[in-house]
Formats: sequence, structure tokens, C-alpha cells
Amino acid sequence: MSDAARIRRFGIGDAMLALTALVTVLPFVWMIAISFAPPAEVYTGRLIPPLSLAAGWDNYTRAVEQAPLLLYMANGAIVCAAILVLQVLIAAPAGYALAKLRFGGRPVLFGAVVLALMIPMQVPAIPLYVAIAYAGMLNTYAALIGPFIVSPIAIFLFRQFFLSYPDEVIDAARLDGFGELSIVWRLMIPAAWPAVGAFATLSIIAHWNDLYWPLVVITRSEMMTPPAGLASFRASGDSTGDTSALMAAGVIITAPLVIAFVFVQRHLLRGLTMVAAK
Amino acid sequence: MALAGAAAGPLSQGATRAHLMQARAGHLLAAPAAGLLLVMLFLPSALVLTLSLTDYAFGMPGFNFIGLDNYRDMLTDARFRTSIANTAVYLAIVTPVSVLLALWLAIVIDAQGWLRGVYQTVFFLPVTATLVAMATAWEVLLHPTFGLVNNLLVLAGGDKVRFLSDPDTALYTLAFIGIWKQVGYNVLLFTAGLSTIPKDLLEAGSIDGADRGWSRFFLVTLPMLGPVTVFVVVITLIRAFSEFETVAVLTRGGPVGSTQMVLFTLYEEAFRYFKVGMAAALAVSFLVFVATVSILHARFLDRRVHYV
Repeated sequence: MSDAARIRRFGIGDAMLALTALVTVLPFVWMIAISFAPPAEVYTGRLIPPLSLAAGWDNYTRAVEQAPLLLYMANGAIVCAAILVLQVLIAAPAGYALAKLRFGGRPVLFGAVVLALMIPMQVPAIPLYVAIAYAGMLNTYAALIGPFIVSPIAIFLFRQFFLSYPDEVIDAARLDGFGELSIVWRLMIPAAWPAVGAFATLSIIAHWNDLYWPLVVITRSEMMTPPAGLASFRASGDSTGDTSALMAAGVIITAPLVIAFVFVQRHLLRGLTMVAAK
Repeated sequence: MALAGAAAGPLSQGATRAHLMQARAGHLLAAPAAGLLLVMLFLPSALVLTLSLTDYAFGMPGFNFIGLDNYRDMLTDARFRTSIANTAVYLAIVTPVSVLLALWLAIVIDAQGWLRGVYQTVFFLPVTATLVAMATAWEVLLHPTFGLVNNLLVLAGGDKVRFLSDPDTALYTLAFIGIWKQVGYNVLLFTAGLSTIPKDLLEAGSIDGADRGWSRFFLVTLPMLGPVTVFVVVITLIRAFSEFETVAVLTRGGPVGSTQMVLFTLYEEAFRYFKVGMAAALAVSFLVFVATVSILHARFLDRRVHYV
């Protein structure tokens, strides 16, 4: 495109784009700003409250003292890591079997996976809750992790990705004495890393931020994940009138994922593109 | 089987053994996933279908089959009707706006120079952010008396709006936050879709006179983005129907039921009032919605494959 064309096209469209981008970042900017404002200065009718590092220090200290945010984040990390590892451990061999192995029941299993893609989590959640409650397993990591360890999306993605892997390489590996499982972990997974990366990103984002299921199976504060913990801090008396501490808490639990994924965004985009092309 | 193998000679005997081993490996590798799908997904879902025909309440010793009474209540009881109507309004706003806005954004961002990466990052932010925290930040921005938005409204000579506490505006405010969240996700999907359009197709388009702007959009970009667009519509419909966080955190269905939506109602019925039978009926209707949208999607894609 020539410079003239670029200049001619700059105008209302670009202004609207910039405005939309501004609205998109506004809650982030405001959350950070208010976390540096003294609580008494937040709602005064002034357009921008006075901000200071000292007030910020106070706010973040109060947030961490009043709500066990670091504990929530540790819980979130444990739950997300366990879910992701188990999802891949269970889905990759199944995806490989569906893509590359002939066995009785394969079409049935694939049909089941496609059907499972359509079942939202909230449907099985009701009987699962009843079962977990009767088993006395509410307020445990197992309750937070269990229902998500089998991911139809992961099985489907891995199958699609493995389909295009050359059969000759697999046969050669078998002649070299590779077992089927080591073919999965040593050949297929390394070749499918964009799919693994894209899936891992989506899985971590979904489970770090999920509010529904933790709200269902967790009532004790020390087992809460970040969103459930923040929601309970919000609802508790400790944060009433202390918007600044609430915003500081929001910054603390939102920052790790946002910062981490801004850096892997490009890879995610490439992974998604490859997945979309399959 | 062993006889047939022996009669056919050593070569095909080896082949049969390889087939048998492959079948065994297939069963072994697929077994954990198959078993878990059954236990975690299919059996509980089948159970939900059954429970929706009962008056089971959590903690009760037994239950009765009451036929379709729960479904009848869903259509006659004011609270359930309201939540279905509110969800419909929410879908009708969030879906078209967040799909069209994202399509426009993805295309405009793709044409940007050095700002492209910046914009991509900006619209990616809501995708990763914790909605509970961001909803709270929006609540501060939209504070009825001294929030930034109302301060700006007054500055511009307007009147203050009680966004989340006025029954006339609360649902639209949640829809706005829903759009804010969904647009980022949709931009990501459209951007991935755009990058799969072969560059030579764009060049071919420019030879045919579709060199830039709207003509290129309608002749080349839009047809190529067709399948992605349908996918984005489906995902948006499902995610908008599943909206829970903003309701649970910001309004709890209020004021006066103006933001009561299906998934929040389901949650309250099941996990606060423990009326499992009724909640199961709501879950089944949610399932029917998702399945219908997904099947229509699959059908549509099938037809495209035949035409293109």
C-alpha cells in the first residue's frame, strides 16, 4: 500500500479504532489507578482522584492482610497445573489412538468426543456436585480438579493434529522398538507443540478465571481460587467502603496471567491459526 | 482366527499379529479418556435428563417422578420466564455487536502499520483477565454518583445514570460488559482466520480490481472469513448464554429481577435452594440450546463444503 493510500485512509476509521481501544483498556487503567488512591478520595466527584505511591503501598498491604490473596493464587496455580497436566496425559494418547490406530469402537469413541464437545460443564455439574457432596469431598482439590481432567476439546485437537503426522515415521519408530506410548510422548507431542501451547493457554485462562465451579464446591476460604476469593472479599465487610484495597486485590490476581499471556500472545495466535487451518 | 492365520502363511500371520497389537494398544490408550468421558460427562448428563422429571431436592430422602412439571414451571413461573426473557435480550445485544465489532476491528487492525501489535495486545487483554476483577473495576467506573463515567456525563452536560442499580439500565450495562469481554476473544479468532487467507488470493483480487477497501472486503476477505464468522457467532451465542460471573458478582439478578439470567437462576436453584429437579430442567434447556446451535453450525459448514 502506498503512503498516499495510507494517509487517505487515516480518518474516522482510525479514530474509532483508537476510541474502542481506549474503552477496552479503561477498566485496567482505572483498576490500577484506584489501587493507588486513598480510599476516602475515590468517590468525591473529582474526575481523577489524587494518586500516590504511599497510598498504593497502604492499599496493597491492606488487600493482602484482609484477604489471603497469595493463598488463593497458590490454589489457583495448583488447580490449573493439575488440570492441564492431567488433560494432556489423558487426551494425547486418546487423540493418537483415534488418529493413528485401528481398533474396534474407534468410530463410536470419536462420535462420543464430538457429542461431548456440545455438553456445557454446567449440565453434568449438578449430579457431580451431589456425588461429591455425598462422598464428603467438598472443599478439596480433587473436587476442583476432577470434573475437568477429561477434555473433549483436547482429544479432538490432538486427533486433528496427529492425523497429518506421516505414518512412515511411526512405522520406522515401531521397528526401532518404540512402544505406542513413547511414540505419543516422544514423536507426536513434540510435533504438535503449537496445538499443545494453544490448548494450554486456553485451559489455564479458563480455569484460573472460572468462578462457577469453585463457587459450587468450595465454601472454606483456604481452598478458594482467585476469582472465588475475590468475590468473597468483595462481599465481605472488610472491603466495604475500601474500594482501593478491592482494586489492589484485583490487580494482584489479574496481573500474573495478563502479563504472562501478553508475552505468549503471538505464539497463541500462531497455534490458533494452525488449529484453524486443520 | 489362529487357524486362518496359520493357513495363510508366516507373512500375513505377522500382519495379523501387528493388527491385533495395534487394536490392543488403541484400546489401552483410549481407555482412560473413554472411561472418564462416560463417568464425568455422559452418565451425569443422562442423570440430569432423568432428574429434570423429578421433584428431587438435595438432602431429601427420596423423590417423585412428576413428568414435565419442571418444564411447565419454567414457562409459567414469573422468575423463570423473566430469566429466559432477559437472557434472550442479552443474547440479542451481545452476539451481533461483539461479532460485527470484532470483525471490523480485526480487519482494521490487520491493516495497521507499527500499531498493529499494540492493538492486538490491547484487545487480547480482556481475554486473559479475571472477569470477577474486571467486573468490579467496571462497577467502580460506573458508580451511580461519583464514578468516572457519571462524572464525565455531568461534565458533558448530561444527567447521571444509575447503570447497575436502575432496573431499566442494569441488563444493558451487563450486556455492555459482556461485549467488552467477548470482543477481545472474537478479535483473536478473526485475526487467526485472517492470517489463513493466502496472500496470493489478495493479490489476485487486486488484479480483478478488488484492490482495497470495501470491494476487497466483500470480494475476497468476507467469503474467506465465512466459516470463521459462523464459528465466532456460535461461540458467542454459547458464551453469552452461559453468562454467569457479571450477574453473580455485580447484580445477583437484581434490581427487581432485571438481570436474572438462565445460568444464574440455574445456579441459585441447584446450589442455594437445592431444588435439583428444577435446576436439572434448566440445565437440559441450556443443553438443548447449545446442541441446537452446534448442530446448525455443523450443517451449515457441510453445505458450504459442497458449494465451494
